[in-house]
Amino acid sequence: MSEQMTGAQSLIKSLEAAGAENIFGIPGGAILPAYDPLMDSKIRHILVRHEQGAGHAAQGYAAATGKVGVCMATSGPGATNLVTPLADANMDSVPMVAITGQVGAAMIGTDAFQEADIRGITMPVTKHSFLITDPAEIPLRVAEAFHLASSGRPGPVLVDVTKSALQATTTYRWPTELHLPGYRPVTRPHAKQIREAARLMLEAKKPVLYVGGGTIRSGAHRELLQLATLTGIPVVTTLMARGAFPDSHPQHLGMPGMHGTVPAVAGLQKSDLIISLGARFDDRVTGNLDSFAPNAKVIHADIDPAEIGKNRYADVPIVGDVREVLTDLIAVLTAEKEAGKEGDYEGWVAFMAGIKTAYPLGYDLPADGLSPQYVIERLGKISGEETIFTAGVGQHQMWAAQFIGYEHPNTWINSGGLGTMGYSVPAAMGAKVGCPDSTVWSIDGDGCFQMTNQELATCAIEGIPIKVAIINNDNLGMVRQWQTLFYGERYSNTNLQSHGQPKRIPDFPKLAESMGCVGLACDSADDVDATIEKAMEINDMPVVVDFRVNKDAMVWPMVAAGSSNDEIQYARDLAPEFDEDDL
Amino acid sequence: MSIQPVKTGGKHTLSVLVENKPGVLARVAALFSRRGFNIESLAVGPTEHDELSRMTVVVNLENTPLEQVTKQLNKLVEVIKIVELEPETRVQRALMLVKITATTETRSQVLDTIQLFRAKVVDVSTDTVVVQLAGNTGKLNDFLRVIEPFGIRELSQSGMVGMGRGSRSISERSLRSVAVPAPPSAV
Repeated sequence: MSEQMTGAQSLIKSLEAAGAENIFGIPGGAILPAYDPLMDSKIRHILVRHEQGAGHAAQGYAAATGKVGVCMATSGPGATNLVTPLADANMDSVPMVAITGQVGAAMIGTDAFQEADIRGITMPVTKHSFLITDPAEIPLRVAEAFHLASSGRPGPVLVDVTKSALQATTTYRWPTELHLPGYRPVTRPHAKQIREAARLMLEAKKPVLYVGGGTIRSGAHRELLQLATLTGIPVVTTLMARGAFPDSHPQHLGMPGMHGTVPAVAGLQKSDLIISLGARFDDRVTGNLDSFAPNAKVIHADIDPAEIGKNRYADVPIVGDVREVLTDLIAVLTAEKEAGKEGDYEGWVAFMAGIKTAYPLGYDLPADGLSPQYVIERLGKISGEETIFTAGVGQHQMWAAQFIGYEHPNTWINSGGLGTMGYSVPAAMGAKVGCPDSTVWSIDGDGCFQMTNQELATCAIEGIPIKVAIINNDNLGMVRQWQTLFYGERYSNTNLQSHGQPKRIPDFPKLAESMGCVGLACDSADDVDATIEKAMEINDMPVVVDFRVNKDAMVWPMVAAGSSNDEIQYARDLAPEFDEDDL
Repeated sequence: MSIQPVKTGGKHTLSVLVENKPGVLARVAALFSRRGFNIESLAVGPTEHDELSRMTVVVNLENTPLEQVTKQLNKLVEVIKIVELEPETRVQRALMLVKITATTETRSQVLDTIQLFRAKVVDVSTDTVVVQLAGNTGKLNDFLRVIEPFGIRELSQSGMVGMGRGSRSISERSLRSVAVPAPPSAV
């Protein structure tokens, strides 16, 4: 099938053929030709207020649905505003395609108006990037971009198209094959490595399943549950993997890492075998790498071979898709079980159960003011397990990861690797577009919220009724916590309010109302449930709740940056004690 | 903790087969810079296939395992194949042009030295000669050491290029197409 049309028509037709249903974007000079045929396309375009919002919305859409998120911007500043979402998607392996306009081919390199070498700028933060100057290439490059973004280890792909290519007449021909000789992701694990992994699992006395975001991306939550049930091995889910394994499951030890639970941190630290599934031994999980899980052997399964052995030596490296790895492991271990061979983890499971009982997640209620943890806990309880939560970065993010019980994958969406403040509101917008029937709560800090709240106008106008809970402590809370702990309580530039004045700037409920949303406020524990319930009842427009919380609340447990995980503090100056004689 | 049986430290020569497309050199160079790998020498040129270029990269690694370098390189979509050229089984050469002072008093001595290294004079002026010499790093450095007292006016050196000895070719079985996949469905 080939037809004559403009490059712009070819681009839109290609995006349709690739399966794009929604595009988040803003038009501008260089991309303008593409916006004309977009008007007649079945693809829904959501006109955002800032390109960063478009990028994070595409990420939120992708994370909630598992499909490729698409964003679009013009050349120069439009494109550079996408850099943060691209870098974020690259760190968190989010399938995303960004289409940018570029100045006409003849103008490239002349410092033309709104010219930026966006392909060059984004090279280190994308999975791949294309610059199209020949309109005949458009369908092939779009097909390649979607394939690259969604296969192997997912990631962002940038397609930069010159205005001259968009305006030229060309032939549209959707490709039947792709020519990517250097791209051959391995998804099928090697049988020998699977057998070796199974052998280590049967021999181990203190194994832990270390579950990372790759488990969610590969859709392996069912297989994970099956393997965990089959073996009885305790599970930890990283920040990127919250929801991959039900929090209510008795084998779940919680989230590991800097603000992980004591059982999850101790479980990894004292284990003799770590079975890593789509995780990457990030510094926020391992703490000081040299003292991380010193007695553990490591089975490391990942679709990206470069992650294996990058930070921690892998005794059994397995390159493959987590889902296929788990399927094969289950088959081998089931056969072993039928032959009467099973792992003996009884002492270990009992020991971990003891730690879980002794050190549950918790928080102290402040003498005055509202507890942020309480607000977040109630949000999780009242809105239910089908709700999708997005978060920004900081204290509110950690509390949302800790105090909400996640039962399903893709219900917890946050910026993990890059740690992008301002991620929450636009990501919630994208998630709601992808899952219009789900309740989507954006949990945000007052600092984060002021970075990207302009997208509330988009939500109100485009009919995307998200709910936003601002955990407002008038401060950059996580930075303030570090100043409390490590900088002698010298609060340099973390107070977002005018000092000594009672008036809050901005007034978030009024700000929300000015953008066509319902604005609510709550500053007492007694009103929390009623306020959340009120917000839950409004489903025809976005709602913003300003929860005015105590500024001194801190995130615990905590392993200080660069410290050993052995030095985890359950609460300030309170180290947990383990009776290892029980082991 | 387990001992890591990995190759680190020192110089390694990698032969990297890449697609002959614009921006590939920038991508490879950017990767080395971003990951903190030191490039000692880099040479790019065409191959026996129009669609392929070949890079020879000499990396000098302090703490990074070589495996990390090759794995990260392999993630680049346009990188097709990477082979480490081991010292025992490779041929490796760089090309050097040196402009040497050669006055009437020293000219014959300079020419003798050039002869000894089987280098070639490619340009002559009243008080200089330009000499071309190909060889491995050791030979080139030896030549410079010996010729240096006469006066080196100018020096230009190519990156190292290399290939494996024997009859096998790096580009065998390296090109293959993939079918266009259907749009991914929701998880």
